[in-house]
Amino acid sequence: MIGEWLDIGWLHEIPVRGSRTVPVDGGEEIAVFRTGDNQVFALVNKCPHKGGPLSQGIVHGHSVACPLHNWNIALKTGEAQGNDKGCTPVIPVKVNGGRVLICRAGALKAAA
Amino acid sequence: MELVGDGWTGEAAEGAPDVPARREHLVVVGNGMAGCRAVEELLARDPDRYRVTIFGAEPHVNYNRIMLSPVLAGEKSFDEIVINGLEWYRDNGIELIASDPVTAIDRAGRTVTSRSGRSLGYDKLLIATGSDPFIIPVPGKDLPGVISFRDMSDVDAMLAAAEAGKAQGGGEAVVIGGGLLGLEAAHGLSLRGMKVTVLHLMPTLMERQLDEAAGWLLKSALEARGQTILTGADTAEILGTDAVEGVKLKDGRVIPASLVVMAVGIRPSTALAREAGLAVGRGIQVDDHMVTSDANVLAVGECVEHDGQVYGLVAPLWEMCRALADGLVERHTGYKGSVTSTKLKVSGIDVFSAGDFSGGDGAEDIVLRDASRGVYKRVVVKDDRIVGAVLYGDTGDGSWYFDLLKKQEDVSQLRDVLIFGQAFASGGGAADPKAAVAALSDDAEICGCNGVTKGQVVACIEKGACSLDAVRGGCKASASCGSCTGLVENLLALTLGDEVQAGPKTMCKCTSFGHDDVRREIVAQGMKSIPEVMQKLHWSTPDGCSSCRPALNYYLLCALPGDYQDDQQSRFVNERMHANIQKDGTYSVVPRMWGGITTPQELRAIADVVEKYDAPMVKVTGGQRLDIFGIRKEDLPAVWADLNAAGMVSGHAYGKALRTVKTCVGSEWCRFGTQDSTGLGVKLERGFWGSWMPHKFKMAVSGCPRNCAEATIKDFGVVCVDSGYELHIGGNGGIHVRATDLLVKVSSEEEAMHYAAAFVQLYREEARYLERTAPWIERIGLQYVKDRIVEDEAGRDTLAARFWYSQSFSQDDPWAERAAGQEREQHAHMAAFKPRLEVIA
Ligand code: SRM
Ligand SMILES: Cc1cc2nc3c(=O)[nH]c(=O)nc-3n(C[C@H](O)[C@H](O)[C@H](O)COP(=O)(O)OP(=O)(O)OC[C@H]3O[C@@H](n4cnc5c(N)ncnc54)[C@H](O)[C@@H]3O)c2cc1C
Ligand code: SF4
Ligand code: FES
Repeated sequence: MIGEWLDIGWLHEIPVRGSRTVPVDGGEEIAVFRTGDNQVFALVNKCPHKGGPLSQGIVHGHSVACPLHNWNIALKTGEAQGNDKGCTPVIPVKVNGGRVLICRAGALKAAA
Repeated sequence: MELVGDGWTGEAAEGAPDVPARREHLVVVGNGMAGCRAVEELLARDPDRYRVTIFGAEPHVNYNRIMLSPVLAGEKSFDEIVINGLEWYRDNGIELIASDPVTAIDRAGRTVTSRSGRSLGYDKLLIATGSDPFIIPVPGKDLPGVISFRDMSDVDAMLAAAEAGKAQGGGEAVVIGGGLLGLEAAHGLSLRGMKVTVLHLMPTLMERQLDEAAGWLLKSALEARGQTILTGADTAEILGTDAVEGVKLKDGRVIPASLVVMAVGIRPSTALAREAGLAVGRGIQVDDHMVTSDANVLAVGECVEHDGQVYGLVAPLWEMCRALADGLVERHTGYKGSVTSTKLKVSGIDVFSAGDFSGGDGAEDIVLRDASRGVYKRVVVKDDRIVGAVLYGDTGDGSWYFDLLKKQEDVSQLRDVLIFGQAFASGGGAADPKAAVAALSDDAEICGCNGVTKGQVVACIEKGACSLDAVRGGCKASASCGSCTGLVENLLALTLGDEVQAGPKTMCKCTSFGHDDVRREIVAQGMKSIPEVMQKLHWSTPDGCSSCRPALNYYLLCALPGDYQDDQQSRFVNERMHANIQKDGTYSVVPRMWGGITTPQELRAIADVVEKYDAPMVKVTGGQRLDIFGIRKEDLPAVWADLNAAGMVSGHAYGKALRTVKTCVGSEWCRFGTQDSTGLGVKLERGFWGSWMPHKFKMAVSGCPRNCAEATIKDFGVVCVDSGYELHIGGNGGIHVRATDLLVKVSSEEEAMHYAAAFVQLYREEARYLERTAPWIERIGLQYVKDRIVEDEAGRDTLAARFWYSQSFSQDDPWAERAAGQEREQHAHMAAFKPRLEVIA
């Protein structure tokens, strides 16, 4: 049986202050981030500005700086910060026993 | 006070004359902290309602488990940590059956059975079995000498190992797990004379409670006490034949040890409940009154799961026990879950953490760092409420912050002074930091490093110092660690009003220091890592931002060639991926073509790559080489392997590093050529490639003053003339075109190389991050560069020597390392989601 949460791997497979990607068949790729204080967040891997791959940005605090034009995106809400306006969909994610789980429905919604 | 045999039986045995037979029987499984506390709470409410029997697996009366650490450390004896001695059981008519764990529950018949075969009936059953230590399933885990840290028998085993070690002049212990338990075990063992190594899987200690900054401070403090702390250490195997002899890590390292303590985590002890058919998730599931899925069975403590949460600290147990006892006497109040805080019990090291620091949206970090006192404080505020706190070094205000957090108190009025602590914040209308400074007496010390009082700072300002820098120069306040910068700025504002002069631009919003100050302090204080710089220079954010992190990474790399461990996560994407990101998220790849010269073999390899990976475009760049566009990040290592096979290496077209060395054909072919410009260009590129710089760096060599290689708009340009080589510096063909300045004329290629090395090193050591040579020279003046490089021969030599030393560590092709599999995860997906197949790869 497939549960609500999809197991995508170990927490330690994501570099601290880094990110890994999860492609979704027929949908948007997901970027899973791990912050300096070991929180995990997941966003669609697409900057609200011009679609830059957020997974490749510099993670600082609970934000990621987009690699293309340096917009700062809040990891928790996907919202662009400062004067920039725009929002990237977030996917619920949690860590259980060192495994990273993303919300199946969230991943599908983001994919649609 | 050890109990043996069948355990001790209290006086109030069944059928005793003064016991009314109709009393209900409460049987408690677990003689630990929660089980006994629940009984205490019950007795306080209604001492006559239940007859109580407690089963304990351990051969002891009820003791304070958290004090096992001080017992191990030799600060307390076992007797001192007993909570309820034998007289408590006797006086309250409680029957204690110690050393006899319950092995089965028959819910239908309402009986429990113990290991010794004893069977007892119950009206209410309370399960308080605590947790089991998690043992990592590696070979050798069952060897004698491998223990956990949970009860008194573990402490006895550790003390015995330390004693045995002493006989052999020391003894070595490995503690697996750098969390609270592991560090307390390590501390105790090292006080007992053992040589201790802590292995921690994560990059920072106590990562669940501390952020990186506090974790780094903690690690430094423990190392200073002689412990060896290995982070990122993954245990592969425990070695030994009859007893443990050492631990082997996945990377092959072996650490000898006669004792291994596993402290990697705990799991709620649920086996008994599960076998009895009770609802069990992560723990035994209970409602707000600690009742399990069976109305006659309750559970409390670390073994339970309430509202999806399990706990590993005592504070929640107290709250659970209150709700439980209320329920047992039918005065239902209900447990609402707990917010927890943590303190590390290692004497001399103060660490506190509470709540949650994943503030995210709308959350604000308030950070205070005092390097001279080794203090780091971080309070996370959201919607005017404290949601989390991490304190290191000075934890005096921990309970105050925790209280504000639990009560969800509005702190907007305290916001500006919150971080200074309760005494300061409640100091009579001092919520305005300026007013607080104004209220200080003249002899109050402002700068702890240099012992400067408020009176002295004000006098210095009144004598004409009207900027932070002037005060630093005048009376030394804020000139050392900088932690009093805020106070000095307030004094400036108070004394001068609007006349304060703005200081130099700071590096970014995370610090009050400018680039030059930061670089100077890194060298002066011998700093070795980004968290260290952030701590010592009082960064106001926990881990910097996308502007300061790459800069600090470069400054450290430049200051400590060969020693500094490059931080990939502090590099901009192009430098992390060793290719240029494009607007569609693909990458472009530019292999080096030394001095702009290529061969049929190289061209063929490039052509093959373009076809094999379907690159949509290949283009001749403005830097005399070929750029392959549209490569996917997954394909990069394979592309590089193919290019490497043809002898090509990274062109660093993405890096703050040497880019191209453009050349013209020169004396070898050109009818005007005066020197071998192509040859010198190749030599320069071979010598300088791989060096990290403040910004990109371009060179060119033209064979005559017609200057076909455009050497006079390069960072370092050589124009060959009949009598030798003119060396030009500081050119830029970019946004603001700047022609070079002539530095000097030399007569040989060797001299040209030597001057180039000295110039590049001066630029590497003194320019600010992201400052090209052109604006740098505009800022510091050509004369300064000439003084350092042309006039000062010895200085020139040492600069060049430092450059070549640093180059000896930097000329490894990053592509080759990646093609060989290093950092593979940068190029691979973590997993793939295929909704239709409903499987995860
Ligand atoms: C590929 C290339 C254009 C071309 O197709 O010819 C190029 C492409 C880019 N240049 Fe350039 N520059 C290229 C030669 C130049 C030159 C000419 C030269 O080197 O002789 C210049 C002017 C000379 C100079 O630097 O002084 C040049 C001045 C710039 C500037 C302005 C720098 C300045 O100091 O003002 C930038 C912006 C920056 O670096 O911040 C820039 C930035 C860029 C970036 C990296 C923009 C970016 O950040 O993504 C472009 C990357 C494209 C890519 O993905 O590969 N590029 N760029 C050239 C690569 C040369 C090489 O082989 O490595
Ligand atoms: C070394 C150490 C230091 C700690 N320091 C701190 C600290 O500083 N702060 C903090 O908040 N917390 C600390 N803790 C955690 C704290 O001790 C626990 O949260 C607390 O003891 C949990 O209480 P409990 O009653 O649920 O479990 P326990 O206290 O473990 O009690 C459970 C008891 O049940 C017994 N038992 C298990 N199964 C059976 C069975 N089938 N039959 C009979 N008996 C059984 C066990 O032997 C044990 O005696 C520390 C823990 C340790 C080990
Ligand atoms: S000039 Fe350089 S930066 Fe501008 S579009 Fe062309 S390649 Fe890109
Ligand atoms: S695409 Fe992200 S900032 Fe432009």
